[in-house]
Amino acid sequence: MIDYIKLASAKSKGKRPYFHDDPAVERVLNITMAVAGELAVMRERMDSMERLLEKKGLVTRQEIENFVPENEEQETQRQEWHSEYISRILRIVQQEQEELENPDKDLEEIANDINEM
Amino acid sequence: MAKNLPPVWNKMAKHAMLPETRHDERARYNFLSNLNKHLAHVSQGNKVAFEKRVEPAFEKEHGRPIKDRHELKEAISKDAHYQIWSSLRRCTMEMRQQAGRSMVLRQAEELAEKARKLNEGKSTLILNPDVEVPAYLMAVDNHLMPGSYHTELIEGDVTAAANYDSGVFVTTAGLLGKYNDGGGKAITSWLKKNHPEFQPKRILDIGCGMGHNVLPIARAYPDAEIIAIDTGAPMLRYAHARAMDLGIHNVTWIQADSANTEFEDESFDWIQSTMFLHETGGKSIYKIMQEIYRMLKPGGLTLHIEQPQYTEDMSLFEKFIRDWDAYYNSEPYWSKMHDIDPVQLMVASGFRKEDFMQIGAKAENDLVADGDNAEEPEDYGRSPIWNVFGAFKR
Repeated sequence: MIDYIKLASAKSKGKRPYFHDDPAVERVLNITMAVAGELAVMRERMDSMERLLEKKGLVTRQEIENFVPENEEQETQRQEWHSEYISRILRIVQQEQEELENPDKDLEEIANDINEM
Repeated sequence: MAKNLPPVWNKMAKHAMLPETRHDERARYNFLSNLNKHLAHVSQGNKVAFEKRVEPAFEKEHGRPIKDRHELKEAISKDAHYQIWSSLRRCTMEMRQQAGRSMVLRQAEELAEKARKLNEGKSTLILNPDVEVPAYLMAVDNHLMPGSYHTELIEGDVTAAANYDSGVFVTTAGLLGKYNDGGGKAITSWLKKNHPEFQPKRILDIGCGMGHNVLPIARAYPDAEIIAIDTGAPMLRYAHARAMDLGIHNVTWIQADSANTEFEDESFDWIQSTMFLHETGGKSIYKIMQEIYRMLKPGGLTLHIEQPQYTEDMSLFEKFIRDWDAYYNSEPYWSKMHDIDPVQLMVASGFRKEDFMQIGAKAENDLVADGDNAEEPEDYGRSPIWNVFGAFKR
């Protein structure tokens, strides 16, 4: 079976460009934007839940406060979610490591190569 | 109410090959559509920064204006607004790939199985593992799509196409319509309106990808025999299965290299490409055009939907900002191709100069009624407003 979590965050061909004077700025920006994205995702999910719960009159806020996983399957699902979540927000670190392991041409050079193809 | 909000992802038309999406996966795409839209506005600041501080600072230092795109790039690269827009845009494109891939790769086996069932026993899908992926495609992952169009992670893989199909709606913020087919629809409408006498019997679509732009052509000319070619097997498997599910049966999908097909001389009435040529290479583009000329019947038509060519009267800044995608969204041939004179390209391949034609086209979007949208800023190279060039073979 393929490691879909790692593959999903893989870098594309070509040396990654950096736009800020210090690449560290860009690294942190990418992580921050991914977290911002996930916060938006969570907000959308909460919005769905609150609307559904409200519509059906099913669950109280206190029940949500007190909830913990009720069996091993639920525990595994939660941990798997965290694992994928972290891989997603630390994508740039994985990609820098991939580039360190496999140094790549920059796109100017590839453009010139391709122009000869 | 906020203006011009992008459509939510679930407005995309459903078909059997579209990946299963979970709540958070759709939400992730919704976030990214909005982020893309937002960055189109941030992009407007680049022109302001260029005119107000980059250009004056350069002239003050050198005592002369910026003379070429290279100098402009050097100068603007130090500008804080350009830096933050660039890094955010790069980040957004990478996040879009990550979001699409995490969704399709987790269901790679299921998607391959769906395609297998829809494709089984059909004569309209012809794969040929001996077809080599052209060197220009092996050299780069176009638009930061890891593994490009051809990589197969499992047997019968279609994930590259499923990722493309589900994600192009996000990158374009839904402007291509609910089937992402606004380009194919635009060219079909133009042809029917301007050349109603032209009734093609045999049509070839080159670099068809997942087939989104050839299906409107197949619908518009239901009695025509249509052939769509691509070198990526994952794209063709998905395209064929998608077309089957959408009830379109007059397209034959063939794995073939457009620079070197096995089709007979003078065997097509119309040869079309849509957003394809800028993903080829400097020598291949001439071979492809020569091949097109060879395959076209006398009186036949070829058309190519592309981004605008760079012309003398286009400002240095506009050329530079249009070049951004070439280097930073990994479409390296984009910039070089747009420096080619399309007249010269066509004439070198056998077409007559006086038969050359060039028109503008805008995506037909079935998600919004005409006039519903307020004006949007020009987001160079990222708006669905294109240049179409081509010629009748006389």
